[in-house]
Amino acid sequence: MSALTDLGIREIRDGVRAGTFSAREVAEAFNAAVAAAKPLNAFLVETPDHALAAADAADGARAAGEALGPLAGVPIGMKDLFCTKGVTSTAASHILEGFTPPYESTVSQKLWDAGAGMLGKLNMDQFAMGSSNETSAFGNVISPWRRSDGGNAALAPGGSSGGSSAAVAARIAPGATGTDTGGSIRQPAAFTGISGIKPTYGRCSRWGVIAFASSLDQAGPMARDVRDCAIMLETMAGFDAKDATSLDLPVPQWESMLDAGLKGKRVGVPKEYRVDGMPAEIEALWQQGIAWMKDAGAEVVEVSLPHTKYALPAYYIIAPAEASSNLARYDGVRYGQRDLPDGANLQQMYAATRAAGFGDEVKRRILIGTYVLSAGFYDAYYTQAQKVRTLIARDFAAVWEKCDVLLTPTAPSAAFALGEKQADPLAMYLNDVFTVPASLAGLPAMSVPGGLDAAGLPLGLQIIGKPLDEQGVLNAALAIEERAGFAARPEAWW
Amino acid sequence: MSVDTATVKKVASLARIAIDDAAAERLVPELNNILGWIEQLGEVDTQGVEPMTAVIPNTLRLREDVVTDGGIRDAVLANAPAAEHGFFTVPKVIE
Amino acid sequence: MTVMQPSDTYRIKGATGDWEVVIGLEVHAQVTSNAKLFSGAATAFGAEPNTQVSLVDAAMPGMLPVPNRECIRQAVRTGMAIDAQINKWSRFDRKNYFYADLPQGYQISQLYHPLVGEGSIEIEDGETVKTIGVERIHVEQDAGKLMHDQHPTRSYVDLNRSGVALMEIVSRPDMRSPAEAGAYLRKLRAILRYVGSCDGNMEEGSMRADVNVSVRKPGEEFGTRTETKNVNSVRFVMAAIEHEASRQVDVLEAGGKIVQETRLFNPDTGTTRSMRSKEDAHDYRYFPDPDLLPLELDDAFLAECRASLPELPDAKRQRYEGLGITPYNADVLTAEVETARWFDALLEAGVAPVAASNWVTGELFGALNRIGKGIEESPVTPGQAAELLALVADGTLSGSLAKQVFEVMLETGEAPGRIVEERGLKQTSDTGAIEAVIAEVLAKNPNQLEQYRAGKEALFGFFVGQTMKAMGGKANPQVVNELLKKALAS
Ligand SMILES: [Mg+2]
Ligand SMILES: [Zn+2]
Repeated sequence: MSALTDLGIREIRDGVRAGTFSAREVAEAFNAAVAAAKPLNAFLVETPDHALAAADAADGARAAGEALGPLAGVPIGMKDLFCTKGVTSTAASHILEGFTPPYESTVSQKLWDAGAGMLGKLNMDQFAMGSSNETSAFGNVISPWRRSDGGNAALAPGGSSGGSSAAVAARIAPGATGTDTGGSIRQPAAFTGISGIKPTYGRCSRWGVIAFASSLDQAGPMARDVRDCAIMLETMAGFDAKDATSLDLPVPQWESMLDAGLKGKRVGVPKEYRVDGMPAEIEALWQQGIAWMKDAGAEVVEVSLPHTKYALPAYYIIAPAEASSNLARYDGVRYGQRDLPDGANLQQMYAATRAAGFGDEVKRRILIGTYVLSAGFYDAYYTQAQKVRTLIARDFAAVWEKCDVLLTPTAPSAAFALGEKQADPLAMYLNDVFTVPASLAGLPAMSVPGGLDAAGLPLGLQIIGKPLDEQGVLNAALAIEERAGFAARPEAWW
Repeated sequence: MSVDTATVKKVASLARIAIDDAAAERLVPELNNILGWIEQLGEVDTQGVEPMTAVIPNTLRLREDVVTDGGIRDAVLANAPAAEHGFFTVPKVIE
Repeated sequence: MTVMQPSDTYRIKGATGDWEVVIGLEVHAQVTSNAKLFSGAATAFGAEPNTQVSLVDAAMPGMLPVPNRECIRQAVRTGMAIDAQINKWSRFDRKNYFYADLPQGYQISQLYHPLVGEGSIEIEDGETVKTIGVERIHVEQDAGKLMHDQHPTRSYVDLNRSGVALMEIVSRPDMRSPAEAGAYLRKLRAILRYVGSCDGNMEEGSMRADVNVSVRKPGEEFGTRTETKNVNSVRFVMAAIEHEASRQVDVLEAGGKIVQETRLFNPDTGTTRSMRSKEDAHDYRYFPDPDLLPLELDDAFLAECRASLPELPDAKRQRYEGLGITPYNADVLTAEVETARWFDALLEAGVAPVAASNWVTGELFGALNRIGKGIEESPVTPGQAAELLALVADGTLSGSLAKQVFEVMLETGEAPGRIVEERGLKQTSDTGAIEAVIAEVLAKNPNQLEQYRAGKEALFGFFVGQTMKAMGGKANPQVVNELLKKALAS
């Protein structure tokens, strides 16, 4: 395969600018790679023409001596949670099958305006609910990684941004958008040996992103390294008047401010993240991460986040509650699928449409969310969860007195086999144990590859930062990246 | 608090998701498992703690009262499973 | 069963004794604004279906609400107008239910922390004034519109109204008769129209009431209430209360129980019936809308709201009474904001308040009534009316001449001065001219003169009439009187 697909975002951007290769050559190479990677099931829709048109525009602009956008000539994958004008957008759910938005999400529009092209829409867990990409209505995404034991077990690429993680890890996209509600960028990044950052809540507009849990949902980039994430995030972030929760702040120049030297920085290690039954390999990686932080000049301090244990149960009240309401609009009236049994009245049509359209995990969460908000239970569940959320945010606020960033593992295990955890929803939820607290507090957090486990599968380290301090997160992640020297990549079997 | 089949059916009906008896019965242990786990939150002393309203300090911005949208009926109806004469249509409702 | 008046002792006579009616009203008033509460689509009435719909109003995936400042401002001003608590910190909640007129599957409303808290409205019933408590005013989205009669098996959905801003003004259950409910609604409507926060147009649905009714034996606890939805005129509200209260008495006296339910009013029959479609919608699962942050208002915003409030009906009525205007006239002049505005313009032009109030409530209202026009479309402007009244005050026109001039003004819209000029309708106070005419009259009527001088003083009116007639009605009657007395005495 052409070496062009081995290039990351920065290399493509710089190469196009310098004329080392044309944007069209890059787009063609990735289009071909996407077309050849069908067994991964990473893409729900392929849009080679979109990628080519953006590439031609970049080449044309360069030929005409015009200024190139910050992502000119870079083709990317778009998680199917982003509504894209004229291209079906389904959130990997049957209920939205055939839905063609007459609008473009703010984040995707920003990417196109910066000169990026779209390779296609990426598979994901249905409505972003899942940690393994097994809840997609359109089939599992298969991780490009395989265990080194020679077995061919199909592995989970993580979720919900599993199409994104698989595509970037498989080198069929140099970068992809993800969304993170409780870890949906960080956990799949960790599972597939790539980087991904969830910025501070409010940095990226939620306008045009199909909602899962509004108070948690944040878009972010997934790419091969920290610098590529910084480049992409600069384009994706920014104030949007159409999103009432958008932060009206300038977007920092994260890429140019990257600095892996951590002298004078304090890195906190929260003791509550050392959970029961954590595999020794995860613990070992964490210790390695601590050593790298010290090596980069940071002072490492042990800190305490006393309410950590309650983050996951609070999340599994708040997110389903919001989701039960956010997903009420899928009723078969204005878009998507309608199931109208003979003689059904309006309410029966709703019930039939939603029964046929939503997958099991989505239904499960809608039911939990409906239950915890229902009469008599609201205060005990929802209000209590939002109070616990306040306590969790306070824990973090107190910790920032003692350190600048936190270092934790991203996930409690490496990628598991597809089907392995599907029977037990609760076991699946526990995957998010390390990522959910930062989500509840709206903090920027990133996963960066740290090494491989004994089976040759990637493991990730997580950096959590202060509100708005994406730079601190990126810098600490870069320090790890430089020291980890993570160069492993899945061998193409597809 | 744990749910039984009748509660699951009631909640499903509130959520407008049709489920048959078998599905309801299957959901009972599943939901109880999750709810039982969630209920550990009850341990936390939250007296005097305000529920979270905004994770990152931010205030609600208000829009100016200007008409900037509408007049896009084709786009509004474009994805409708059933529409006629400029309306969405649904099975007849008796109020 | 008979219904007893007057309203302060309004009772329903049942077989088991008297019943008292307890009424609370939830009024939905459409906020006057150009654009919707959370989207930039227009709010104008009567547009083609689904043409005033944004992707937000149609609840397309990923669409988000952003609130309209003017809608918040108008609700705050309304709260200030009823002396209510204004909450500087409020927030929006979602009310979740499924219906074809509700695209999001929830209505964005305010349950836990409404924008406006406790206030009150005074209503008058004859001599007595009663204070009706207002529990709260919250801001929320209107739903779309369903049409059931366009197709045999389908209902049609029009989302033009979807997302239009409403104020829900919730009264305390303080009313005790249909008449009080009517007075409350009329007063509320007047206040909204003065403030300019709602046009009060009930036919177009800008104002409609959910009517909560229960009955009880006087002195007992509140009974179970029913809620009759979306009643859209004062008359219908009163009729719905009357019917619903009687129905409840019948049910209770027959040994039955009142079911807390939602009902519909049928204007054709004047009756209410249970509403099937909302039967199981009682668990709304309210929770704070996570797409919106808390609404925090600063002092400058509140100060502007307060400063922009006009004089309100009660204050205006008091001011008018202070000018010597009768309570009845003051009431009539302040009931409708257009009348009050017109009258204020007249006062500003410098007319005498009492004469002006009499003229407006008599001459002007009579004329407008005759030509079937509202005061806002009066062919005579306050400026012209002031000129007319000034011509009467300075003696240029007599009362009857003024009537003639006013008729011409109504027809032509011309200024009174010009009409007087052109048609020669000016009253004369020219003593020389009047004296000459009087001399002539006395000369022509020697018999009457003799009788008068012999003591038949009733003939004075005869001479006045003859003089006025000879002058074509344009003589100043006071001058005629004086000169005649002098001439007859000499
Ligand atoms: Mg109501
Ligand atoms: Zn309401």
